[in-house]
Amino acid sequence: MTSQLQNRLESGIFTVTAELTLPDSSIKDELVETALKLSPYCDALNVTDATSAIPHFSSLAAASILLDNDIEPVMQISARDRNRIAIQGDVLGAHSLGIRNIFCITGDAVIFGDHPDAKPVFDLDSISMLAAIEKMTKDGCFMSGRKITPKPALFLGAAANPFAPPQSYRPHRTVKKWRAGASFFQTQFCFDLQIMKSFTEKLIELCNGKPPPILAGLGPLKSSRMARWLRDKIPGVSIPDHIIERMEKYPQKDQAQVGLEISKETTENLKLIRGISGIHIMAYKWEQAVKDIVEDTGLSKNKRLP
Amino acid sequence: MVKLLEILYLVSSKFLSGVARKYGDNRIMNLLFVKFEWATKKPMFGCQMCGQCILHETGMSCPMGCPKEIRNGPCGGVRTDGTCELDPKMTCVWVTAWENTNKMRVFSQKIDLIQKPLDRRLKGTSAWINQSR
Repeated sequence: MTSQLQNRLESGIFTVTAELTLPDSSIKDELVETALKLSPYCDALNVTDATSAIPHFSSLAAASILLDNDIEPVMQISARDRNRIAIQGDVLGAHSLGIRNIFCITGDAVIFGDHPDAKPVFDLDSISMLAAIEKMTKDGCFMSGRKITPKPALFLGAAANPFAPPQSYRPHRTVKKWRAGASFFQTQFCFDLQIMKSFTEKLIELCNGKPPPILAGLGPLKSSRMARWLRDKIPGVSIPDHIIERMEKYPQKDQAQVGLEISKETTENLKLIRGISGIHIMAYKWEQAVKDIVEDTGLSKNKRLP
Repeated sequence: MVKLLEILYLVSSKFLSGVARKYGDNRIMNLLFVKFEWATKKPMFGCQMCGQCILHETGMSCPMGCPKEIRNGPCGGVRTDGTCELDPKMTCVWVTAWENTNKMRVFSQKIDLIQKPLDRRLKGTSAWINQSR
């Protein structure tokens, strides 16, 4: 079994992934129900690992449940909560369950979550985690050098944030992650196409014309209030003033529709940017948005190339 | 300024590693090295005595000052003004690292190196001695 996401990205087809909001319950059906709302419109779903440092349903278990329902998962592993011993064990376990896409992130700091008194681990960072898992897949051994037979075959992903300072370093950092083992990237919310464009241009240059696939992050905004909150409270999110001003021209009840329009326009523009291989939609508890964006931008599955 | 630091670092670590190679196994010398390293690097770079110094590879900005101890570049949470997501009063160590790297002569390419994870056993020991081994 290989990663369908990998096949798709390698064949150059515009790809859609989305983030699945994991439930705060131990009931499998709740998770499956949400996932099935998204899966017809996506090529793979990301299952997050205690995003924002708030505990939710485990990403490993969620990824396995998605596979049981014929949905391809992208399993996130955060370096915040696990040391190198736990991470390597989880990777093998995930592979045995059929999980092929692993997404390595450093993780949000614990003080942003609802357990600010927790001990942050950060034994590895995203890049050393990528390098460790790459070693498992390429060399067939643990970080210690102990053999793994047979070698797990995995498709590794990582995050990129072209919008955060130091912006001129961001393409270099992405290349570093690529060299460490990441084969695809998902970015932070993209609202500024100009920055995205200069990011991919530089990336293409640094990779001698053959950059790794980049899935641009898309965050449909429900209201101008939410936009302000995201911009001011979530580190690394940058929303230009003109986006917020455009939403504020409309009454509260119509703002979600404007937010969707902005996402659709962004998608259409992203399709034209060289180096962008698809979109990654992060619509928190708003599954309908994923459907609308995908259908209205001509990306729905039946319209796509096989 | 950073060019000067770079040269100072190059010369001093070459010299001190040389001394450490000869005398590093001596218990008293070992202790002196630890104290001296802490007394010089702490005020200058906020050294945390990780014991595996990579200052010259990170634009002379100590990555251990990052609250997530990321040794491979800035996280995605850097604020628009270049400050740390966890401490708005602190400039992200990687913003400084990148600025400095662009001014450096000898080690400017080193920022692209993939840094190995920390060896946690070396905390509190002298990087000069560890380098010499």
